[in-house]
Order: sequence, then C-alpha cells, then structure tokens
Amino acid sequence: MNIQPATLLVAPLYGYVIGAVAGLLFMRREKLANVFSFGAASLSALSGVLAALFYLAGGVGTPAPQIELFPPLIPYIHFSVRLDALSAFFLMLVSLLGLAIATYSLGYAKGFFGRKNVGVLGAFFNALLLATMLVFVADNIWLFLIAWEIMALTAYCLVSFEHEQPETRDAGVLYFIMSHIDAGCIILGFLLLFQASGDYSFDSLHGIGAQMSPGKRDAAFILFLLGFGIKAGIVPFHIWLPAAHPVAPSNVSALMSGVIIKTGIYGLTRVCFDFLGTPPLWWGVTVLAVGTVSAVLGVLYALMEHDLKRLLAYHSIENIGIILMGLGAALLFLHTGHPVLAALGLIAGLYHTINHAVFKGLLFLGAGAVLHATHTRNMEEMGGLIKRMPQTAFFFLIGAVAISALPPLNGFVSEWLTYQALLQGFGTTESLWRLVFPLSGAMLALTGALAAACFVKAFGITFLAQPRSEHAAHAHEVAPSMRFGMAVLTTACVLLGLFPTAFIRLLDPVTQQLTGQQLSAQLSLADGLVLASLTEKTGTVSTLGIVLMGVCLLPIPFGLWLVFARNSKTRRGPTWDCGQRGLTPQMEYTATGFSKPIRMIFKALFQPRRDVQREYDFSPRFATKLRFESHVEEVFVQRIYRPLRILILRTSRRIRAIQAGSIHAYLLYIFITLLLLLLFAL
Amino acid sequence: MNLELPAILVQTALLLLLAPLLSGLIKNWKAKLQNRRGPRVWQPYFDVLKFLRKDMVISEHASWIFSVTPYVLFLTALAAGLMVPMVTARAPLSLFGGALAVVGLLALGRFFLALGGLDPASAFGGMGSSREMTIAAIAEPAMMLAVFTVAITAGSTNLSQIVLASQGPGWKFLDPAHVLAFAAMFVVLLAETGRIPVDNPATHLELTMIHEAMLLEYSGRYLALIEWGASIKQLVLMALLANIFFPVGLAADTTVAAFGLGLLFFVAKLIVLAGAVVLVETTNAKLRLFRVPDLLSTAFILAMLALVSTFLFR
Repeated sequence: MNIQPATLLVAPLYGYVIGAVAGLLFMRREKLANVFSFGAASLSALSGVLAALFYLAGGVGTPAPQIELFPPLIPYIHFSVRLDALSAFFLMLVSLLGLAIATYSLGYAKGFFGRKNVGVLGAFFNALLLATMLVFVADNIWLFLIAWEIMALTAYCLVSFEHEQPETRDAGVLYFIMSHIDAGCIILGFLLLFQASGDYSFDSLHGIGAQMSPGKRDAAFILFLLGFGIKAGIVPFHIWLPAAHPVAPSNVSALMSGVIIKTGIYGLTRVCFDFLGTPPLWWGVTVLAVGTVSAVLGVLYALMEHDLKRLLAYHSIENIGIILMGLGAALLFLHTGHPVLAALGLIAGLYHTINHAVFKGLLFLGAGAVLHATHTRNMEEMGGLIKRMPQTAFFFLIGAVAISALPPLNGFVSEWLTYQALLQGFGTTESLWRLVFPLSGAMLALTGALAAACFVKAFGITFLAQPRSEHAAHAHEVAPSMRFGMAVLTTACVLLGLFPTAFIRLLDPVTQQLTGQQLSAQLSLADGLVLASLTEKTGTVSTLGIVLMGVCLLPIPFGLWLVFARNSKTRRGPTWDCGQRGLTPQMEYTATGFSKPIRMIFKALFQPRRDVQREYDFSPRFATKLRFESHVEEVFVQRIYRPLRILILRTSRRIRAIQAGSIHAYLLYIFITLLLLLLFAL
Repeated sequence: MNLELPAILVQTALLLLLAPLLSGLIKNWKAKLQNRRGPRVWQPYFDVLKFLRKDMVISEHASWIFSVTPYVLFLTALAAGLMVPMVTARAPLSLFGGALAVVGLLALGRFFLALGGLDPASAFGGMGSSREMTIAAIAEPAMMLAVFTVAITAGSTNLSQIVLASQGPGWKFLDPAHVLAFAAMFVVLLAETGRIPVDNPATHLELTMIHEAMLLEYSGRYLALIEWGASIKQLVLMALLANIFFPVGLAADTTVAAFGLGLLFFVAKLIVLAGAVVLVETTNAKLRLFRVPDLLSTAFILAMLALVSTFLFR
C-alpha cells in the first residue's frame, strides 16, 4: 500500500475531529468517552508523527504537500494547509507529545470518573490538539489566526476545567486576557505584512520585509515579538504561565508547557526567518537579551516554589529563554552575514525546542502521576515516593537530569550547541556588541547550574527520604497507560541525547528553508558518533562516547569491590540521629529550607517576606508555639501588574459614569461617533 | 577516529594513582605550615584501602539512588579526567568532549552526590546538598566565563586544541586576559574542591560542613569510591588550570623520553598549584556561608575583566 504524505497529513485532522465528537457523544458514558476520545487522539497523533518524519526524512527538496481542506465559504478565506520543513518539525513536536500525553490520559482521566465530565475533557483535548496542529500547518493568515484563536479558547476551557476552585477561575481569566492581548498584537503585525503583500497566503509573505519601510518592519517585529512572546511566556509577560499551567489537569499542563507555548516559538521563527528578511542588529540583541533575562529569572523563581507544578511552569519560562538565546544568536548572525552560523544558532534553538517539549512533557506527566497518587501539589507533603512509585521516580529522574543539561541526555546536547553558537559569535563582528555572546553564555551557565539545584530539590524532596505526610506514605504506582506515556517521552529523551547527529539530519530541510544552509554533514564526525561544531577544531562532543566510556570504566570500581571488599558485609541501619530516639519526617530538610541560601543571596530580587509569631510563657527562647510564614512575590506582579490592575479598575469605574442606562444617551453617543468618523473620513 | 588504547590506559592509571597523592601532599604540607607533623603523604591510599575492606551500614531510608551515587561520582570524575590534557598535549579522549563536557560531567557527579545527601532523610545531608548546589550555581558562571576567555583566544572549546593553540606562535604568556582568567579559575578551584575559604575539608562540626555533610551516611567501599572520586576531581581541575594557563613541557609526541619529561613538568606544576592552595588555606579563615557569594562574584568580575581585556589588547 502506498501512503501519500498528504493522506498522513489530513488523517490526524479528521482523527481529532472524530475524537472530539466522540467525547461529546459519549458524554454520559464516561468509560466510552475516555477510550474513544483519547484513543482517537493517540492514533491521530501517531499519524502526525509519521507524516512529519516521512517529510523530514525525505531530506531537502521533498515537495511540500499542500491541501485545501474544504472549498472556501467566503472570499479570501482559504482553508489550505501545507507541510513545509518548519511546519513538519513543529508537527513532529506536537504529534510526539500528543501521542504520549493522549495515552497517558487514558489512565489519568479515570481519576475524574464520577467527579467531572470526562467526555468534555476529551473533546476539548482533541480540539486543542487539532487547533495547535492547524497553527503549525496553516498556509495563510486567516487560517492561522482562526486556529490561533480556537487554540486559545480551548486551552482556556481546559485550564478552567476544575473551575470549582477560585484559584483555577482566576488563573483561567488571566490566561484568557493575556492570550487575547497576544492575539491582538499578532493580528496587527499581520495587517502590516498584508499591507505590503496584498495577499493572505504565506507564500506571498516570504521575504516581504524587503518591500516594507524600515519603520513598519520594526513595528511589525515588535508586535510579533510581543504577541508570540506572550504566548511563549517571556519575562515580563510570563505571569499567566505559572498561574495557568499548574491548575490545569496534569495531562493538559504537559501539553501546554510542552507544545502550546512552542507555538510562540514557531510564530517567531516563521516571521523572523521567513517573512521579515535580513534583520537589523537590534532585533537579534533584543531577542538574545530577552532570552537571557527569561532564562535566569525563570529558574530563580522556580527555585522559590514548593508547588511541584508551579516549579515546572517556571522552568518553562527558563527554557523558552534558552531557546530564544539560540534564535537571537541566529538573528545576529543573519545581520552580520554569516548564514552558516545562523543555521547553527537555529539548530540550537530548535533542538532545544523539541528537547524542552519532551522533558517538560515528561516531568509534567510525572508530576501528574505524583498528584494522582498523593492528592497534593505541595512538595513539603511528599517524600519517599521512590519506594512507592519506583517507575514514575525513574522517569522523573531522567527528566530531571535532562532538563538540568547534564550529559549524556538531550538537554546537554542542545545547550552545548547553544554555547558553541554563542562562542563562535564572538568572532563575527568587531563591534563592542560581541561581548553579549560570552556574557549570555555565562548566564546560560548560571541558568544550568541553578536548574540542577532546583531539580535536586524537586526530585530529592519529592521522591527521596521519608514520606512527610499520610498521603505520601500510602501512595501507589499509577496505571500502566500512564507509565507508558512517560516511558515514550523518557525514551525520546535518551534517544535525542545519545544520537544527536541522526536527529540533526532531520533538521537539514528546516535550515535549508530558512537560511539556505545544511549543516548535518559539518556537524557530524566519525560516522555520526561525534557531534562537532562545524569543524573538528572548534569543539567536539559525543554523548554516546561518554556513555560507552563510562561502561568501559565500570570494571574499575567493580574490580576494586571484588579484590578488596569481597568479604565485607552490608547491613541496614538507622540514619545518624545525634543520639536522639530516631528521626521523624519532621526533622527532614524541606524544600523551602533547601532553597534558602539562594533566597538569601538573591534577596534584592526576591524581597522575601517572613512572618514569625512566637507564643511563650517566660522567655522567647522557650516558645510553646511557633508560626512561621515565608512568602516570595514576583517583583513584576508587585511593581507592574498590580498597579496596572488598580489603574484599569479605577479608570473603568470613572468610565462607568457615561454608561447611565438611558437609551437616549446611548443613541447620542452613537450619533456623535458617526459624526466624528465621517469628519475623519473627509 | 583513532583512539589510542595505551594513552587511555596510562592516563586512567595516572588519574587513579596521582589523585590520592595530591590530597595527601596538601594535607601534609598544610600540617607542616601549622607546626603540626601531619599525616604521611601516603595516608590517603591507606585510607581508601581501609575503607574498601570495611563493612557498610546503609540507612534504612535510603533508596537505590544512594547506592548508585558513588559509582556515578567516581566514573564521571574519571571520564572528565580523560578529556583533560595532562602529560601529553592531546588528551586521550578529547574527541568525546571539551571544556563544556568536563564541566557537565563534574556537574552530573555533583547532582547525584546532592541526591545521595538527601536520600537518607538526615537534615545534615539536606543542608550539605543545599549548600553544595548553591555554591556550585554561583561558581559556574565565573568558571564558564574564564573558560570562554581561553576558548575564544584559542578558537575552540576542545581542551587539547586550546593547549595546542597556546603552544603555537602569537600566544602571549602573560596576556592580561589569561592572568585575570587564571585568577578567576583559581577561586573557582577553591570552591569546587571544597577548600578554605569556601568549605573546610577538615571540619568535624556538622553545621559548618558542605561537602562532608553529604557524605555523613556513607561508609565502607562507597565512602572509598566517593573519597577517591573527589580527589580525582581535584586532580582534574588542577590539571585543567595547570595546562591551560601554563602549557609548558607537554609531550608533543609519544616517545618515552618526551612522556617522561612531560610527566616531570606536570608533577612540578601540580606541586606549585598545591603549594598555592596550601598557602591560601593556612592564611585564610573559612568564610561565613553568605560571604562566599562575594568571593565568587569577585571571581566572576575577574573573568569578566579577562574577557574585556581580550577585546582591548588586540
């Protein structure tokens, strides 16, 4: 049987529709709804993965399948989709994550049985996947914007799924507002582009920046950076992200952190590298700076969290920052006329995009499993889960090592590529601006080390030592389908880490499309065992080689054991308790305590508030009761968003005066407006 | 790709055998400077052998992470060591990774050690892990910036390439950039190897411990592996410092004579560096934990100045 790539591309679209309809049809039969909607989502996602892989594996020059989904109902609005290299890359990302998360959901959604409507969850889940996929493959502005809006709305509905809690409702509204601000910016940006091209298809927008005046081009760039940046969660527009991602059901959190914020990266890449033409210097510097700030602040705020899912959400901000560092460097290289280096920066950014999708998806699924088992997101009530949920713990550990950019897993590879791009950038220009490269490299190092600290905390406090609560003590391993979903992503982490040269070959069509360069041959040495940064001289690394080396060195410690320690015995004993009578979970180190040194060092940023109340009888040294409260609030919320909210509320209260409730007054307003508009038109 | 098996074997042996000696040397000299007789130079070897033979007591709260950690720590230190040029200009496995991989491997070992500190449910271990990860986090940017300075002048992150470039023409020995970067790296070395003024390796008080606090629950052959691994890490970092900034006497070919001369130079450089560490340790007091960031940010500024001076003196 000969399967056309076009068929594989359309199949998931209809598959998601079927899944959504099935969810709604079986609304009253939750078991059927669960199986049909998430089953359909898994199969559709699989088909999406295959479509993307077939296209990318075809190499450069594979014709891009283009399909009109159905005839246009209104002039201008064509429902046509196209799979070019960049779309295929992001289609692979959404489908891979969709596959793992949909399978996971088969087990996860059972937790909602009898409590919430699983049919609705399944329907919205499918609709979200459908909309996200359409965003990635849309071939004209209209379809893109329609899909973008459906994506925002379905995501809002999913965030507010457990709307009984006020926290969830607030987060949902915040998400709703922010996603409409970003949609507004993007619409304005596209209007500017349309003004120059006079056509809505993406084909006509290719390189349109050259025909625009510099002022309009810059305005379009700013609008797109704002719009897509809000979606991606860059600092300082990130505040919706740590609010909305944790309150959503965990499978949705994984999808949102893994894929939905990547639509911002897709949009920015599409617009900057495909549409806007050769960028001026400050675009690259801005993107690089925004990326660096987001990375450092994201990880610093993540360290302050002891809510497992909020911690992960802040790490999404950090990783978006790292992705933007790669893309920003690429923009700078396009400016200085180094297309090969631009391709390297682009590869670094895109590689980190898929890596982050994979390990963050995995970590959110792991957090979901923990939440499922312990019914809490608070890390201070966890502990000891490695013995109760050994497989989940293992998957989470792999994700933690990967996100901390430690060799030999995938996070290390993409950050290595980012470092290389930044370091080689130093030689591309003689201006003082070249100092931004090593400086952002140093900040990347800070980010990586802080991320490692944060995940020692996240894994150590959650999974190790003694359980800190009854719930944690009675936790059980989760359903097989959930473990399967995590296993898929764990495998992806390992494969992307150990075989980077094979994966970079898939990126050739993308860099060819956007920069006219193919680097896979230059980046691969020794039959693909070693990853080189363009030449052997500038730097090489081999994750597979490191693993093999470790295996070869393993006989040394084992040999020592056999030679010297054969007769030694091992026994279990209590942990050293300073002569007290046994350690209780209360004596363990806490997540808050773990991050205390960081909180103290960066206290100018965090401005931690602590509130200690002592009750004592005769001396404060012998308190009978102690209440300790520590709180860190984001400086952006405190300084920007709260005053802004107060201002908006106050202004709206003033404006309310003209809304008197009298129809005559309203008619007068309309008349005056019309008059003004007519005057303006004259 | 040609992997020279003898070179790998020799360097592995060198790492394994030289590392305890270096620790012993530092301990012995430190004692001498403080008017104590001190342990023998060979004492660390005996310690490791003794630990290897001892029975182990493992905490009942600990999981498999606790047992895996010593192996991870030992192997990552060893693997990182094979990427650093020691006696010959070409490190045996430099193709598998350069400066970034060395930093990454050491970080992997630290990651697991910190988990191993949290695993037995003791507050001391958690405290050690927390402090270790914090100090590593603020030391990392200074270290990376210093490495970048050298990497930029050499045009490579590969350590062998850096050393080869520094032997070539046009490399100024007392380049201000290198002097400043060396100063920054030296401070980072003190922090990374847990030396005074950052951490006191000889402390017996749990509350002041950083590195030792994580090891409190380890015994027997696990402790032997961790101690040995930590001393290998120290050797690796010192070799990095010695050979990147003072690339004299590295064997260019593989003849026995060149190798012997290289070894002689290498040991001499290590002795000088160890002497510097001993001097710093005896003339300084341990800093309060929240003074350490000041020291490390000084290192960061030094590295930053190093970078700017590559820009100015060109």
